[in-house]
Amino acid sequence: MPLRSGISIMKIITCPINGPRPLQEFHFGGEVRTMPDPNSATDEQWADYVFNREGEPGLKREWWYHVPSGTWFIAERDNRTDEFVRTFLYGAEECDG
Amino acid sequence: MPHRLLKFALSKKHPEPRMFRAPTELKSEYDAVIIGGGGHGLAAAYYLAKDHGITNVAILEKGYIGGGGTGRNTAIIRSNYLTPEGIRFYQGSVELFQDLSRELNLNLFYSKRGHFTLAHSPASLRTQRWRAEVNKHLGIDSRVVTPEFIKETVPEIDLHVGGHQAPIHGALYHPPGAVARHDAVAWGYARGADRRGVEIHQRTAVTDIEIRDGAVAGVHTDKGFIKTRKVLSAVAGWTTHITPMVGLRTPLVIHPLQAMVTEPLKPWLNSIVVSASLHLYVSQSSRGELVAGASLDPYELISMRSTLDFAEGMSTGLLDLFPCLGDIKVLRQWAGLCDMTPDFSPIMGVTPIKGFYIDAGWGTWGFKATPISGKTMAFTMAEDRDHKLIEAFSLSRFKRLELVGEKGAASVGH
Ligand SMILES: Cc1cc2nc3c(=O)[nH]c(=O)nc-3n(C[C@H](O)[C@H](O)[C@H](O)COP(=O)(O)OP(=O)(O)OC[C@H]3O[C@@H](n4cnc5c(N)ncnc54)[C@H](O)[C@@H]3O)c2cc1C
Repeated sequence: MPLRSGISIMKIITCPINGPRPLQEFHFGGEVRTMPDPNSATDEQWADYVFNREGEPGLKREWWYHVPSGTWFIAERDNRTDEFVRTFLYGAEECDG
Repeated sequence: MPHRLLKFALSKKHPEPRMFRAPTELKSEYDAVIIGGGGHGLAAAYYLAKDHGITNVAILEKGYIGGGGTGRNTAIIRSNYLTPEGIRFYQGSVELFQDLSRELNLNLFYSKRGHFTLAHSPASLRTQRWRAEVNKHLGIDSRVVTPEFIKETVPEIDLHVGGHQAPIHGALYHPPGAVARHDAVAWGYARGADRRGVEIHQRTAVTDIEIRDGAVAGVHTDKGFIKTRKVLSAVAGWTTHITPMVGLRTPLVIHPLQAMVTEPLKPWLNSIVVSASLHLYVSQSSRGELVAGASLDPYELISMRSTLDFAEGMSTGLLDLFPCLGDIKVLRQWAGLCDMTPDFSPIMGVTPIKGFYIDAGWGTWGFKATPISGKTMAFTMAEDRDHKLIEAFSLSRFKRLELVGEKGAASVGH
């Protein structure tokens, strides 16, 4: 439902499988993080992985979940403007524009 | 308007008295700089001056004082938390609040109402009982009450929640639960600090922090550089803007939290009513408006936009609980920023950077902590060591895996 050019009242997210769907169909899964090797990580590295986050303003890489279809995917989103720059399936970032 | 009154208002001979001075120039150096003119920053400055005689202090506020979470919260004050560390800390705040109007010589409309945390299931009643027992053990007036008691105290409530949600099984009842006028808390501390020599610089943003040899050397602002050896970051929802300036990693993530007020009504709701299941808390302000807030927005966002989802969800819950509100209009809705921690406890005290002190992790629960956080952070800055009451809230707890799990008492309850 476009209000003026480019502005829509309903928040839409593009699921890589199901296309544009309303925000209400999605769950936020938190920032994409790389787990250090539990066998070789120090306690401090492990605690950093478990607790610390990149909470500062900027473009973020996050897990999102499309609930009706059970699809986990990755979104690049600006956490200041709530703009979804792109969404893609895990491992598909190279081929997705 | 009578002519005489108009003439008086426009006359330069009787300028409107201001609560505090408006200094125009920053000095080149201060003994301490406080980033953020919310309640916490202002209270810290007040107690630095009053308790420790440190008055060469500047508060730098990028907007106007109280324009952050301090002026946006639903003003609930209570100490019925779950952990002994949390209970002692928030009880310290309640005690300071009870005498604060007199101390600051300003009516803060501190109003003791009684606070109900409704339980909609046996499991939730069990958590409330757990809280009640820990509370009693530490001398807090707190107990589990029956649905009949709730109905007697708040006759307008629908114990069956409109048949749409699980019925009310009981509640945790905390008679000292209170509300206060949040803006006045900021103004009172600002005036008290100002009168003791502290400078309050509004519309002055900190843009960077200068660190030399692991110690604070000064702060950069949009109005120039200031030399100082002590900096307190008291910016709550903006903390993740500041921590990268000093290279600190924290668990903080920012979510919006939304609230609304209705049109004013005659007084009918004396108690504060909280329902975690319905994601709402509501009280009636001294102006008669119902003030109601929700649970956290479901995903991270550093923006104070407000949503239709919130207004719909909130109204649905309110109507299920209080069907009598069907014809009442919502006046306005808004959002604030909440700096969330994984254990729902604050992050306070000294940091690995000498002279950099942090007061953050206030999430959805920090208004009630304003006096005690000001007092303990002032001590911490003056003595360069954590005050006893805040030792458990140190940033280093995450490294030590010693979290202070307060979720059961803070996730929606405030
Ligand atoms: C809707 C809502 C309801 C709430 N309800 C309750 C409740 O019922 N009870 C409760 O206890 N708590 C509640 N809270 C939480 C509470 O509002 C906050 O935890 C508390 O107000 C934090 O106060 P503060 O002084 O630390 O920060 P703030 O009041 O947010 O002040 C921080 C200040 O720092 C300034 N600032 C930021 N960056 C910079 C910079 N770079 N340079 C200079 N200045 C800067 C900001 O402009 C702001 O004024 C609620 C919050 C919200 C949003």
